[in-house]
Order: sequence, then C-alpha cells, then structure tokens
Amino acid sequence: MTLAEDMGYTTADGRKIGGVVMEMKNITLRFGGVVAIKDISFDIREGEIRAIIGPNGAGKSSMLNVISGFYVPQDGEVLFHGKKRPQMKPFEVAQQGIARTFQNIALFEGMSVLDNVMTGRLTHMNSSIWSQALWKGKAEREEVENREICERIIDFLEIQSIRKTPVARLPYGLKKRVELARALASEPKLLLLDEPMAGMNVEEKEDMSRFILDVNDEFGTTIALIEHDMGVVMDLSDRVVVMDYGKKIGDGTPDEVRNNQAVIDAYLGVSHD
Amino acid sequence: MFYREAGDFKTSYQDDNQTFPIKFDRYRYYAVLFAAFAVIPFLVNDYWVNAIFLPFLIYSIAAIGLNILVGYCGQVSLGTGGFMAVGAYAVYKLMTAFPDVSFAIHVVLAGGVTAIVGVMFGLPSLRIKGFYLAVATLAAQFFLVWLFNRVPWFYNYSASGQINAPVRTVFGVEVTGPTAEPWAVYLFCLVFLTLCAIIARNLTRGSVGRKWMAIRDMDIAAEIIGVNPLTAKLSAFAVSSFFVGISGALFFGVYLGAVEVGEAFGINKSFLVLFMIIIGGLGSIFGSFAGAAFLVLLPVLLKNVLVSGLGWPTDLAAHLEFMIVGGLIVTFLILEPHGLAQLWRVAKEKLRLWPFPH
Ligand SMILES: Nc1ncnc2c1ncn2[C@@H]1O[C@H](COP(=O)(O)OP(=O)(O)OP(=O)(O)O)[C@@H](O)[C@H]1O
Ligand SMILES: [Mg+2]
Repeated sequence: MTLAEDMGYTTADGRKIGGVVMEMKNITLRFGGVVAIKDISFDIREGEIRAIIGPNGAGKSSMLNVISGFYVPQDGEVLFHGKKRPQMKPFEVAQQGIARTFQNIALFEGMSVLDNVMTGRLTHMNSSIWSQALWKGKAEREEVENREICERIIDFLEIQSIRKTPVARLPYGLKKRVELARALASEPKLLLLDEPMAGMNVEEKEDMSRFILDVNDEFGTTIALIEHDMGVVMDLSDRVVVMDYGKKIGDGTPDEVRNNQAVIDAYLGVSHD
Repeated sequence: MFYREAGDFKTSYQDDNQTFPIKFDRYRYYAVLFAAFAVIPFLVNDYWVNAIFLPFLIYSIAAIGLNILVGYCGQVSLGTGGFMAVGAYAVYKLMTAFPDVSFAIHVVLAGGVTAIVGVMFGLPSLRIKGFYLAVATLAAQFFLVWLFNRVPWFYNYSASGQINAPVRTVFGVEVTGPTAEPWAVYLFCLVFLTLCAIIARNLTRGSVGRKWMAIRDMDIAAEIIGVNPLTAKLSAFAVSSFFVGISGALFFGVYLGAVEVGEAFGINKSFLVLFMIIIGGLGSIFGSFAGAAFLVLLPVLLKNVLVSGLGWPTDLAAHLEFMIVGGLIVTFLILEPHGLAQLWRVAKEKLRLWPFPH
C-alpha cells in the first residue's frame, strides 16, 4: 500500500482512494466520570470503506455520534474537507451531506417504505410551503423528480415489492435495508453505518455486504461502518480503526490490524469472533 | 363494477401521487362535491343548517387544523378553544374596524393572526414534549380566555363583555347577522372547508408533511436526515392555528353571531375537537371529517330518538351522550388509534378483495 499524505492510495483490488474527507483530531468525549473517547485521531478518505471495530462499550457508536453532531466532544477538532467544523446540530451535519443509520433501527414507523425513503430527499427539496399548499409548479415537479431518484434506490436495494407497506409491518432485516435506503436517498458524501448487520442471519449479512460494496462502487460513496463480525470487516473494509475502552489501539489495513499484538490481546483474544 | 385498482395502472409518478388513486374513489369524491355545492344548497332550511351543517363544516375545519398538529406532527394541544377564540376576536376587531372590506378577507386574516399567536404558544414545544406540552397548551387556553374577558379593547368596550357580529356581505350576499339566508351561510362555510381540506391534503403529501410526520414518529431520526425541528414544529403550529383560527372566526361570525368567550371557546371546546380527531382518526384528513360529523350528529340523533321519540327527559339523554362519547374515546384509544378513518380503510381493503377473499 502506498499512503502518500494527500494523494490517497490504491487498494489491493485496484480502487483509487482520494484525499481526506473527514479528519478527527484528538477527540475526547466524557459522560460525567465515564470517558467514552480518549484522545483519538483518525481520518476517512474519499471513496474508502473505513471500519471502526472494538469490543462492546469501546466507544464506537459515540464516535459516530460525534461525527454526526449528536455528541459534542469536550476536546479535539472535527475537520470536514480540510476545514475545521464549527459546533453543529445534527440536522446541519445532515445538510452537509453526511447520512447515517443507527445501531437500533430509527425508521418512521407510521409511514410507508416509500415515504421513509422520500424523507431521505428532504435536504434536496426546497419548494416553498405556498407552492406545496397549492400543489402546483415547483412542489409537484420536485415531488416527481425526487420520487424517481428514490425509485432507483428502491430498485437498487431490491425492495420494490414492499414500497407501499407500512414500515412497522416489516421484519427486522428488511427494516435495516429500508434504513439504508433512506440514508442513500440523500446521496450522501459520507455514509455512516452503525452495525448494519447486527442481528442478521448469514444470508442477510451477505446481501447487506453486497449492497455496501455496490454503493461504494457505483456511487463512489465514502463509508464508515461499525461492525462486530470480523469476517465481514476483513472482507469489506479498506482500513480499520480499532478502539478499546475509548482508546485507539490500532489503525491500518485489515491485515495490519489482524497482526497487531495490542489488537489481538485486547480485542480478538477477548471475544472469539 | 368492482372496487379495485386492477386495470387502472399508473404510468407516471404524478398519477400515483393523486389524492384518490382508485377511479371509483375519484368519482365518489366528485359526486360528493357536486351534491355539497349544487344540490344541498337548494334543499337546506334553517334547522338543518344551524343544527347540522354549519357545526359540521366549521368543526371539520377545526379538526383538520388540530389533526395537522396532533395527528401529523405529534404535538399534543389542548388549546384549540383558545385559538378559536383568537380567530373569533380577530375577525370581530377586523369587521368592526374595516366594515367595507369583504368578510371573506377578514376570515382569512383572522386565520393569519391566529397562526402568529399559535407560533408564539408553540415555542415551548422546542423544549418540552408530550404531557408537559399538553399542560403548556392548556395554560395557553386559560390565558387566552382570561385575556379576552379582561381586556375591554377586545370586545370594543361593550357593556355586556360579549362580542356581536354585525351584518356583513360577500359579493353582496349577507353571510353574518340574523337575516343571513341558510343557503348563503352554508355555502360560505363550505367554500372555506373545501379550500382548507385541499390545502391540508396538499401540505401533508409533500415535503412539509413528511417533515411533520418524521418529527412525530421519531424526532431524533428526523434530525439525522436533516429536518430542522424548529421550523418543522413551528410550521405545524402555524398551519394548524391558521385553520383553527378560521374555524373560530366562522363559529363566531357566521354560526353563533354573539359570543361570550368562556362559554363558546372554553376548555370544553378544546376537548371536543380533540375527541373528534381521536374518534375520526389521527393523521387523516378524512378522519377529521368523520370525527366532526360523528360528534355533531350524535347529540342530534340522541335528542331526536330518545327525547322526541321515546320521551326520555333531556338531561338523561345528555348524560347518555357523555357516556357514549367517553366509552368510544376509550375504545378507540385502546383498539383503533387511527379511528374511523382506519375502519374505513380496512373496509375498503376487504372490498378490494371481494368477492374472492383468498
Ligand atoms: N448518552 C450517554 N450517556 C452516558 N454514557 C454514555 C452515553 N453514550 C455512551 N455512553 C457510554 O460510553 C461508552 C461507550 O459507548 P458506545 O455506545 O459508544 O460503545 P460501542 O462501542 O458502540 O458499544 P457497542 O458495541 O455495545 O455498541 C459506554 O461506557 C457507554 O456507557
Ligand atoms: Mg454501539
């Protein structure tokens, strides 16, 4: 691997990875006495699939929450496209093109699959409330245009047949997929996935892995994901950050991480998966 | 003719976005509109208009308004009576200050004033939710009634403390005052209801409506997809109060004609409209109509059957009404939170499969 500072690198399978999109610098996050993240730095590069792994309670979800603006770190900086990001509300982060899914599914249960996916387009829809009240001109046009984009994503994730089904009626695995569809609908620059395969069976995991690879491949979306299944992580990711008790104990390609003694001790040795 | 969408394929997303995607529903909708605008006006008399049609039309507007806030955006409000009072007093002040301007314009402006007041009282919703928000809107209810009772400017310093609607016309036809014709007041309110319902339907199917529903279903997830909770909640308060204000203005100007605020717009009114949307169906425009129709018709029906028909004493019939409404509220809350509208949907789904249910 050739990791030149700002040029990016080429992966083993020949994909070109670009410059740094998101950089976390010396992030520290405390909840009262609990230190969830301790002085962690790492970066996410354009077009790569970046994994964050670590045992339960290591602070992985907290890290995603810092990126998406839910948690405000006591210390450290977040740089987006090289610029220091001021403190932002989650909806402002979303408007910058960062989408995510949650460890516990966070869909809109009262709405259909299609409507859920359409909510992913809200950051792109800006017709005035007056135009919508009359449903003429921009409002109607905008609805149709964005519907087309959503339909493409629905096709892509193979959920056409449940388009009009209320989300509350779906099984767990499909809900995870709909949540991914909603995140994709916003055409994010950076996609954060918090345990996209948790609680899935092998088949569902394979489907999901394929979708994640396809998203990265077809749309060139930069992806940061948290995952417990080491097999999946090793297959999918270009680079891996390993966390334990809020500290970063490893960072590198899957191979480098796998052979890192600190990681073996702290993580692989502890939980046998 | 079978009731289903088979053979009625949508070839564009526009078609799929229609309010009534099934042809049969569409025809029924046109038939109802035709009857409401072109048939009923010729048939109505004073009794029908005052006992049934006016309250139904006006409460439907209020129910649509409240449904936007509670059913679509998930922000509970017990201040409907107070906001209707704002509409009523706003229209009264406008009517008396600018007698030459059309009453229709006054009604719309009164809705606008109520929208502004609604946004002010909606501000706490940014900090508090659920039960606490309900209590805050309850405070708004009592404050507004107190305000209109206490500040004589609002009732133009009249000795009785009441407000009375002077005679006003629209296109030369009287719509307020004791001599207004039944068909005229009926049509006037019908036009407002139709416009309000169309606007509500349009808003709830577009991006504004999705923002509201996102906030309702899960506010954290709504934020993560880029919904600003401030503008989403306050726009729901504004639109909701706009409709509620219009209904208050019509309730005072066209229906009652004279109003004592505590009596006409007290806490009972807040609960009545809330019950309408619970029974009719939260998050459904059709449900707002159904709930309003139900709670307007029920007392009329009970009175006719029990008092006039069976000779029951009036107060006994009134008590029975309370019990029926109370029982229904509990039943709907437990068994069918989406109300009559959901029962209607289920019936339609069954009908779509008929006559081969398997
Ligand atoms: N909102 C919060 N308030 C208090 N403590 C928190 C909060 N969020 C996380 N923590 C604590 O921070 C630590 C890290 O939690 P986090 O959820 O980030 O772990 P994780 O690596 O995602 O674990 P898992 O694999 O179980 O999802 C834990 O000790 C947790 O209890
Ligand atoms: Mg986690």
